[in-house]
Amino acid sequence: MNLQVEQVDKDLVHNLKIAGEIDIYTAPKLKEHLAKLDKSEGMEVELDLSEVNYMDSTGLGIFVGFYKEVKANNGKLIIKGLNQRLYRLFEITGLSEIMDIEQSEGGEDHDSI
Amino acid sequence: MPQEAGKQYKQMLENYLHSQGEEDLYLGQQFSRTFIEKNIAPEDVISIHKTAIEELIQDLPSDVNASFDFLIEMMIHYGLALREHQSLIRKQEAIQTEMDIAVRVQNTLLQTTTPVVNGLDIGWISKPSKQMNGDYVYFLNETKDEVCLAVADIIGKGMSAAMHMSMVKFGMDSLRYEQRSPSEVLSFINKMVEKSIADSMFISMFYGKYDAENSIFRHSSAGHEPALFYRASEDAFSLLESKGLLLGVHDEAKYEEKTVRLEEGDFVAIMTDGVTETRTEQGFIEMDVIEKLLCKARSESAQEMVDYLFSELSKMQNYELHDDFTLVILKKTK
Repeated sequence: MNLQVEQVDKDLVHNLKIAGEIDIYTAPKLKEHLAKLDKSEGMEVELDLSEVNYMDSTGLGIFVGFYKEVKANNGKLIIKGLNQRLYRLFEITGLSEIMDIEQSEGGEDHDSI
Repeated sequence: MPQEAGKQYKQMLENYLHSQGEEDLYLGQQFSRTFIEKNIAPEDVISIHKTAIEELIQDLPSDVNASFDFLIEMMIHYGLALREHQSLIRKQEAIQTEMDIAVRVQNTLLQTTTPVVNGLDIGWISKPSKQMNGDYVYFLNETKDEVCLAVADIIGKGMSAAMHMSMVKFGMDSLRYEQRSPSEVLSFINKMVEKSIADSMFISMFYGKYDAENSIFRHSSAGHEPALFYRASEDAFSLLESKGLLLGVHDEAKYEEKTVRLEEGDFVAIMTDGVTETRTEQGFIEMDVIEKLLCKARSESAQEMVDYLFSELSKMQNYELHDDFTLVILKKTK
């Protein structure tokens, strides 16, 4: 169970690359990283999840909470690089209808049997 | 008081040093209670012993004398550590008592009974992976011709999950006589939940309503796993999908509603992600594994099917549930 968060900002857009598993144990770490971002009016955040192979509902909760915060600042949140399983999770939960999400190219899910 | 106890102790010690007999030893044992009653700490007992022995034995070797100081110092810290340890145990016991109460509240306040409905066989299971369940099943049924059911998965566990479940239950209860459709019930509960839930919390929920007279099952979903539908005449599975956002994210969320007509031998399996995300050593299982198992047991009663799927899937993950496991099967009889 490991999680890495790397911040590569371009212009005024916050770019975060997240790698590992987002679950009940690692979620607090992600939450901490997101909380550190400076919250200004019209903020733009791009989260790259192409290296995330697993996420549970606690992880999803972190994104829901962050989405509400960005919205409250009239900002924009893009979540990209979702593998098939993660994309399905955003679809089932209806979050794909309100969030800006992108599936990773190829979108292969190697974690299934 | 310690002086008084000190005097008595010295007397008893003197007697013992002379006799070295069982009886005096016994008196000493009994006297330990006096120390406890008078709240004399272990290090003070050693201090009393030191004073007594210095008075009783002249020319005590200075090394022996110093060894008592060493022991006193040690006992001070021993006493502190012991008291800390005991206080932690007491705190832990208090927390455990709270948890037991919470589990009892969850079991009594949120209990549900399997309804009896014409032409519908109902079976269900909801097993928590830890002490408290984050999944919730609730049936509402007034007559034998209708049943409403909710399967919800609350993010997080423990006390907070139980409190959020009660919102789902009371939301459903307050609309029970109003003949509302599944999508209306979800909109209503969503507004309620959205107002009172923390930002990173949410509930996923499936809501279904079965009309036995027309064999019609209406369903809506708030970000919940789609239910599996088995059509006996075609011997095939499909997903009962309907669009809808998780409860507690957006107060204006709208919920799609769909209907399906059940025929004899058809069944609907509603589950939480504890079932679909069964994780074996090779990774997650796919839906077809669940379909195959259900298909194999399809001639059994709904409850036997549920129990069979649970036992097979828990076997696959070495009887260790990673997530709460909830499954409801509604099977059309005739």
